[in-house]
Amino acid sequence: MVTDAPEGGAAGPFAESGVRDAGARGRLGRIADSDIWFSFTRSPTAVTSAAVTAAIFMAALFAPWVAPHDPFDLASIDLLDAGLPPAWSGDGDTRFLLGTDDQGRDVLSTIIHGARISLGVGFASVLLSLVLGVTLGLVSGYAGGRIDAFIMRVADIQLSFPAILIALLIDGVARSALPRDMHDELAFHVLIFAIGISGWVQYARTVRGSTLVEKGKEYVQAARVIGIGRSTILVRHILPNVTGPVLVIATIHLAIAIITEATLSFLGVGVPPTTPSLGTLIRVGNDFLFSGEWWITIFPGAALVILVLAVNLLGDWLRDALNPKLR
Amino acid sequence: MALLEVNGLRVEFPGRRGTLVAVDGVSLAVEAGEVVGIVGESGAGKSTVGNAVIGLLDPPGQMTAGEIRLGGQRIDNLDEAGKRGIRGRRIGMIFQDPMTSLNPLRTVGQQLAETIDFHLGLGERRARERAVDLLDRVGIPDPDVRAGQYPHQFSGGMRQRVVIALALCAEPEVIIADEPTTALDVSIRAQILDLMRALCRGSGVGMMIITHDMGVIADITDHVAVMYRGLLVENGPTAQILGAPEHPYTRSLIAAVPRPDVKLRRFPRPGHAEGNGREQRGFDVRHHWLGRARDFGGRGEGPLIALEGIGMRFTTRRAFLHRNRIHLDAVRDLSLEIREGEVFGLVGESGSGKSTVARMICGLHAPTAGCIRFAGTELTRLGRVRDLDPFRRQMQMIFQDPYSSLNPRMRVMDIVAEPIRFHRLAGGGEVAGIVTDLLEQVGLGSAAARKYPHEFSGGQRQRISIARALATRPRFLICDEPTSALDVSIQAQVLNLLKDLQELLGLTMLFISHDLPVIRQMCDRVGVMRDGQLCEVRETEELFGNPGHDYTRHLLGLMPRLEGLSRRDLDIEAGPEPAGRGGDG
Repeated sequence: MVTDAPEGGAAGPFAESGVRDAGARGRLGRIADSDIWFSFTRSPTAVTSAAVTAAIFMAALFAPWVAPHDPFDLASIDLLDAGLPPAWSGDGDTRFLLGTDDQGRDVLSTIIHGARISLGVGFASVLLSLVLGVTLGLVSGYAGGRIDAFIMRVADIQLSFPAILIALLIDGVARSALPRDMHDELAFHVLIFAIGISGWVQYARTVRGSTLVEKGKEYVQAARVIGIGRSTILVRHILPNVTGPVLVIATIHLAIAIITEATLSFLGVGVPPTTPSLGTLIRVGNDFLFSGEWWITIFPGAALVILVLAVNLLGDWLRDALNPKLR
Repeated sequence: MALLEVNGLRVEFPGRRGTLVAVDGVSLAVEAGEVVGIVGESGAGKSTVGNAVIGLLDPPGQMTAGEIRLGGQRIDNLDEAGKRGIRGRRIGMIFQDPMTSLNPLRTVGQQLAETIDFHLGLGERRARERAVDLLDRVGIPDPDVRAGQYPHQFSGGMRQRVVIALALCAEPEVIIADEPTTALDVSIRAQILDLMRALCRGSGVGMMIITHDMGVIADITDHVAVMYRGLLVENGPTAQILGAPEHPYTRSLIAAVPRPDVKLRRFPRPGHAEGNGREQRGFDVRHHWLGRARDFGGRGEGPLIALEGIGMRFTTRRAFLHRNRIHLDAVRDLSLEIREGEVFGLVGESGSGKSTVARMICGLHAPTAGCIRFAGTELTRLGRVRDLDPFRRQMQMIFQDPYSSLNPRMRVMDIVAEPIRFHRLAGGGEVAGIVTDLLEQVGLGSAAARKYPHEFSGGQRQRISIARALATRPRFLICDEPTSALDVSIQAQVLNLLKDLQELLGLTMLFISHDLPVIRQMCDRVGVMRDGQLCEVRETEELFGNPGHDYTRHLLGLMPRLEGLSRRDLDIEAGPEPAGRGGDG
């Protein structure tokens, strides 16, 4: 708090008036009045990365309407358009801003549709990691003793392998366990499961740490004195107080999940080529790199870099903004 | 010309919503060999004055007017290098917490020698000799041996002595002590104050003591400056300010200090405290929600609470083998009875186990020995958690720290309603009305219900805690140091509120405090605890008039006398306790 009185108390004439104002306004007013929003508007990096992220999200969400062509509509694809370079180079066609691939599909449209898949898989796996990690972290921190030791040792073991390796392992096991004809159908679920499982440890550790702190605070003891049960205390009292750092991890983890998905897809164990994500596009385009058709792989690659960078910068800013020591 | 002079000091903290003027127009002087106190409540700007003198204002604070002179030379406009040359060298500093002021990774001798060498350039060997010399001067026995030890091997009081030695390293002209005794127990507090006074007198050092504690001011200062909201409201010789205060704020501040010598019915009402501490209006218990279902049944003979030989053992080091485990007995074989309707006080120094007793009674800790009876029922025998619920409803607790005892993510409405909903004490439609009424009863407006805890000050939060504790319509209330984190004028209000509610509802109370004057004002009977054991239990007036145990006598001897304090401002309501009431249970 920049505005805090020197001795930490909310005393002093204007600190009080600030309090009164916040109480009188609605929820929206409180957000506009908050320190987070203030810090956001003062950080060009945060505003830019938020704008870029929002633009990509919107484009991905409304892909069928935003994309100039439908890359999945075979009727609209003309093989004669195959391998056109970007519009600004000599042989380009103004219909295809970023050129076309070997099948004659518009690269820009495939990127927009690919980003949709990447983000979808990313969000879903972050959600899975978050739910799993937060639950285990809360239980681990509050229960303590053997349960805590067990959960944390499992987390330690998992941490000794790279996340991508875990994801590959789960993916491989799932594929060999499932019947072949269901592979494409279930590919998304398997992928989300694999990435989600590989990322819970960080949430669990952070939440466990915060839970240990909150558990010792007097409001939790007050709830115990009233007689409230463990699970209610965990959900109603502790959970809302440990979500701050989780939000930060989730933002940064989204970038990691997108990268992991892209890596798996690049390695050919991700989403099927019929519904390509950014990673699949990079892999497919990679084959044409040496024949001079660089745009097929470079543009999806650039889109991935921009997306991940924007999300990461946003996460970094959020971490700093929520950390009172750095403010 | 004074040794240290502060003239017209103004410190501003520019912020988002405007500029906070933390200190405005403060002028004071410290002569050689003199102790000057700055007293005020939190947020008064007293620490800011100290920080401005040593040139260490927390950013973004800045001095916008006035000047600070040390020995006639202006020091506030020096550059950073110049200020560094003064800090530690000519002005020494003593901070509140001796644990965080020392580096835990280096021996005390190394830290002292390094500071001496840095300021005086004596060379390593002579610096070390001087370090041992200094430790001797601040009264540390075996200074040769102690210099080779680490801070964690020192007790709290010894550590504060080391911090004082550190401040004396470069033979400073002025020492600034910011709450030097707040983190210490009473018995150590007296020793440290004696030491500081002796050093001042002996070597002609000027000292500025910043504190909220009137006892410290009365004990050791020659001059005192009273600050209120950044302004200096009164400044003069200590005896004169304390004995005949002129400013209304000083008067109300002094009146709010709990009296150690006589029990009053209520604390005098401080005129200058925070605005919205409305007084409790009183209500008819027979028709009020709080008065309903007050017949708890089983109101038989015998005490309400009976502790029989309870003990609490914590394992401080776990090990596979029993013999390798290390235990700590926080409470040992303690027996105690609390009668229905009385206020029972538990007093002792930190670590004496008084909070542990409270936690065992309300079920936060399960005692490792003995049994606890509540109205005849043995709580320690009840097997299932649900069986405890009816008793939990009858027992509530008010905690020490107003900043952590309320869930920051819940509205006050939900905080107070939670126990009502949990114990199904009212129909869904009634709850909102009851919460509003409870908040009115503890002196907060009904508008408070929609706010979050961070929008309230410490005293107001403690009122919310009281409302939450009352929400189960309890019969027995445990107050664990309920006001030790509050300013004295707020403390007076909160304690008055507790007294009002106790009388209106006929509550039985266990009141825990380390502060003897507060205990004297609040309690009917008192138990004195030391090292997990009960030394003696007596009627309050008898304990203060004629203590039976040596330790009690020792504690009473350390109590600040406060004899010089003006008591002429007592209003009639706060007159002495009518005879006879202190005795009945």
